[in-house]
Amino acid sequence: MKLIGDNELEWLSMGASVFGGGGGGDPHMGSLMAGHALDTGGEVPLVSLDSLDDEDLILPVAMVGAPTVMAEKFLSGDEGDRLKTAMEKALDRKISAVCCAELGGVNGVIPVMWATRIGLPIVDCDLMGRAFPELQMTTAAIAGVSINPVVITDERGNVVQFRTVSPKWAEKMVRTVVASMGAAASLCLYPMTVAQAKTATVVGSVSRAMEVGRLLLEASDDPIAALCDSVDGYPLIEGKLVDVERQTTEGFSRGSATIEGTGADSGRLLRLEFQNENLLAMEDGRVLASVPDIITAVDVHTARPIVTERLRYGQRVSVLALPCDPIWRSDKALEVVGPKVFSYDIDYVPVEELHG
Amino acid sequence: MAEGLFRIGIDVGGTNTDAVLMGSDLEILAKHKATTSSDVVESISEAMAAVIAQSEVSAECVTQVMLGTTHATNAVLQRRDLGKVATIRIGGPATKSVPPLVTWPTDLRDVVSAGEIIVDGGFEFDGTEQVAFDAQATEKFLDSLADAPDAFAVASVFAPVSDAHELQAAELIRARFPDTPISLSGSIGSIGLIERENACVLNAALIEVAHKIVSGLGSALIQNGVDAIQYFAQNDGTLMAMERVLKFPVLTIGSGPANSMRGAAHLSGLAEAIVVDVGGTSTDIGVLTSGFPRESAIPVEIGGVRTNFRMPDLLAVALGGGTVIGGSTDGTDLKIGPESVGHKLSTEALCFGGTVSTLSDAANKKGRASFGTAEPDALSDDVAGLVLDRIDALFEDGIDRMKLSRSDQPVIAVGGGSVLMPESLAGVSQIIRPAHHDVANAVGAAIASISAEIDQIFPLDGTTREETLEAAKADAIGAAVALGAVPADTEVISLEELTMAYMTDNIIRLRIKAAGPLGQFVAD
Repeated sequence: MKLIGDNELEWLSMGASVFGGGGGGDPHMGSLMAGHALDTGGEVPLVSLDSLDDEDLILPVAMVGAPTVMAEKFLSGDEGDRLKTAMEKALDRKISAVCCAELGGVNGVIPVMWATRIGLPIVDCDLMGRAFPELQMTTAAIAGVSINPVVITDERGNVVQFRTVSPKWAEKMVRTVVASMGAAASLCLYPMTVAQAKTATVVGSVSRAMEVGRLLLEASDDPIAALCDSVDGYPLIEGKLVDVERQTTEGFSRGSATIEGTGADSGRLLRLEFQNENLLAMEDGRVLASVPDIITAVDVHTARPIVTERLRYGQRVSVLALPCDPIWRSDKALEVVGPKVFSYDIDYVPVEELHG
Repeated sequence: MAEGLFRIGIDVGGTNTDAVLMGSDLEILAKHKATTSSDVVESISEAMAAVIAQSEVSAECVTQVMLGTTHATNAVLQRRDLGKVATIRIGGPATKSVPPLVTWPTDLRDVVSAGEIIVDGGFEFDGTEQVAFDAQATEKFLDSLADAPDAFAVASVFAPVSDAHELQAAELIRARFPDTPISLSGSIGSIGLIERENACVLNAALIEVAHKIVSGLGSALIQNGVDAIQYFAQNDGTLMAMERVLKFPVLTIGSGPANSMRGAAHLSGLAEAIVVDVGGTSTDIGVLTSGFPRESAIPVEIGGVRTNFRMPDLLAVALGGGTVIGGSTDGTDLKIGPESVGHKLSTEALCFGGTVSTLSDAANKKGRASFGTAEPDALSDDVAGLVLDRIDALFEDGIDRMKLSRSDQPVIAVGGGSVLMPESLAGVSQIIRPAHHDVANAVGAAIASISAEIDQIFPLDGTTREETLEAAKADAIGAAVALGAVPADTEVISLEELTMAYMTDNIIRLRIKAAGPLGQFVAD
């Protein structure tokens, strides 16, 4: 069993930015909240699925809403406890561990805060292995685990519980409730047993994110090469960001960035399409990588990931593509998270095949 | 003796204090540069005396003095002269997961903290109440304070959207501590509670420093027999009046780089250019757009505290006149910096008879510069050539990283170390080295526009939004003119219309800043 303390939190935050693929928000606020919880509540055990009983129940948790609101009206800290109590009451069963619903951006670190405050361990898996914008885009949904019940709470103590006919309906209703709560709230969903989680989650993703984050923070020579090495990633281009276009529609930040190659990549031009997350990398009409594989832009010098809202002209970046968890690559999964879902009329080809 | 009316611009930096005396056509009549002494008031007074003597202008004819100073920055960095602040955050039950000041470095928190509390209250992004303001808890906290703190800081959730709860808290404070200064976050920063609260607490802690700055300048004026109106440089490159610096001292942080860039614009006559300011230890590269510094998009840390101030977007490179050349004498494992001999250049560098190889020595060796008292013999010609190639590549890389577009752009080279720069660089259309570039900071302070800000809620009863906007803009311009701006050249430089939806449709909140060049005669 490992423990998550201040250092591990820092690694996790960095790793969650890498796997966030430009989305999930800047983990800074999440790290502040989780860091303060660790200082007062103590380290959190990180346990593997195998170390729990098959019948044990795990509780996937996340924050939902607008990042701008979270920067202003952040959490009271009691939300996790309320979610757990409501879920235990709804299912009439005890929860054994907290689970990260989205290992990308701010939600990669939020479960640490609630785990230490509730006094439960964190289980080493999550429902995405990256960041995605909607509730049906989970490995649990693909594996057929029910999203119900969904519990949402706000800082005031309002608790709303849903039973919906499908994850897509849950997405729709959660949005409405979150809006009325002030555009930011906390939720738990897809409660499941450890036996279910073994095939319905991205197993080992939390410890992997911590390893990757640690490597980035400690690598001295060539952090980008070290990073690619550890995540089987492909460097798509190294260059300068020469153009960023954006528009905000329906609460999503959509846009594209153009990166002009430098050094060995001189003369190349890569176009990066994003909708909160980076979704597509193209060159001369050719796809270099696409969702659900993870595309992350990192600073050329420090290898620190850059979230899409912080992309701007003049940055020196390296764009990397990381293979997603295999669970995302079935036809059924691609119907939920493939390029066509995001209005790109292309067929998904795994990044290893594009660059093999 | 020169006749007419004159102004003196002074910039107190960490290393040097610069001053210029200018005439009514903004021509430079005298300049002065000296090491900043530990007694800052003395440095200011000496600089003032030096330029007055040099120009032979009579002290009575100096009618305006502009001061840019690092007082506030130093106070925070060195954790001295700071006031004790009691902080009230209005945001519960939200935001309790990160209490005020827990993100601060412990030593700074120990110096500043006079107690913190989170009380219920604050707003949603749309201006509706999150929960009601807990006046009782606020009063209980005020009663619990054994001694009056030096200042109060009040920060509520979404104060930039509605500061009603902050104003209620301020009233409660005033009822108990009528003489204690209060800083409200809504008038200081933008969205991002932790960063805005931090800036607000720093501001409150700096109130006494502000009084020191003002009284220091006042006594320097008296010592020199000057009876002038005082202006203070702020982080956006404009000046503020004395009343405002006493309320918002934190805004003086970052004025140094802003002055240097504004000075470069004035001296070169260019409004669109890259500014490279080479000092003794480091080089700051910034971008001028429309004559003003481009602002940074990322949060700025001051003394280990994260704030969301608008600061000039700068790239700092460890290259300066005193930067030490390391490695063997034959040029193998050549290492440039980051160490620097700093202000000891004139004793430690080879070209001044010292024993340390610096970038100034390499520049002298290759004829790029010619100063000093000795030949830098210990540095070989080949190594000096290698060094200059290396720093040119660093300048090129830094400039390219800050550029706004791919086309070649002009570079304005300023600062004492700018002799290190070559005649040409890749990606640069021309390198301009304006006269008096060594005192660009003081020039920037002297020529800066005076700005005034209004931040007010306007009822829309019987008027349209457009009419209200126009009237508010005129108010802001009028406020700047009242402070001495030339009416014909004063314009609105920023306008924020803050959302007040859901509260009522009949009001709008406007934050408008107007700025204009200072005239010689002040409308009093």
